[in-house]
Amino acid sequence: MKATVLVRPKPGILDAQGEAVESALEHLGFAVSGARIGKIVDLEVDAADEAEARTQVEQMCEKLLANPLIESYEIELHG
Amino acid sequence: MASPQPRIGVVMYPGSNDDHDALWALAALDAEAVPVWHGEPELPELDAVVLPGGFSYGDYLRCGAIARFSPATAAVRDFAEAGGLVLGICNGFQVLCEAGLLPGVLLRNESLRFVCRDVRLTVERDDLPFTARCTRGQRLVIPVKHGDGRWFAPPALAAELEANRQIVLRYAEPVNGSVGDVAGVCNEHGNVMGLMPHPEHAVDPLLGSADGALILAALVDAARDRALLSV
Repeated sequence: MKATVLVRPKPGILDAQGEAVESALEHLGFAVSGARIGKIVDLEVDAADEAEARTQVEQMCEKLLANPLIESYEIELHG
Repeated sequence: MASPQPRIGVVMYPGSNDDHDALWALAALDAEAVPVWHGEPELPELDAVVLPGGFSYGDYLRCGAIARFSPATAAVRDFAEAGGLVLGICNGFQVLCEAGLLPGVLLRNESLRFVCRDVRLTVERDDLPFTARCTRGQRLVIPVKHGDGRWFAPPALAAELEANRQIVLRYAEPVNGSVGDVAGVCNEHGNVMGLMPHPEHAVDPLLGSADGALILAALVDAARDRALLSV
């Protein structure tokens, strides 16, 4: 089963990359705010069903893919 | 009677690059410096351990996130939990934070620039095995070289660490945007410390400063005391 993990800096964490990108977008003439930069991890998970896949990916997030002090994560499963 | 030479291990991860400088500096300060390969599930007989600077596992995902799971790190965790002395320098500090042996996390510098220069530090604690040769309030000059050195802890945790006196070193000038200008922290028991500056690059006045030797020599002293106890 394919899974996508979105890892985002938590609200309130200074995201220097997001700020730099936002300022570059402003220089290009775009009216933007709140740019935040995270990560995408695409995975193929060996699991019997969606529930098992989700449990596995949640464990991956807790143990390695995200640092709970600074990052939140969101899991998307694609049949 | 000659005092024993303490044995201090330096863990070599794939991508460590300050391991040899750490080994050299510890040997120059009269320790027996012992390289420890990252794949080793058990540490040899040691009186202290140093996790060196570098880019372990390419700094992939987050700095230190993957080194945290190497067999040697598990052995270092056991060593630390048994009260052993562990010093993490730069990437070693990042590994200790990711492993949960030290509080907080190191983030990309606020400037997004790699900082590589001598910086001034203020010593906040002089009662640790790592700072016993310093005095509280002393200024040290030690180089930093990092892109991800902005120490961060959420406000409640940062306040708790301040109250517990776990902040050991602060920058005395703007460097990377760390919360509270924190440059180094210790664990609750004071046997594990991490810092972003590189004491192993400042052990000889020829290189601009020997202030780093104050920290490493204090570690050697403390390791020697432990070696004497175990004889």
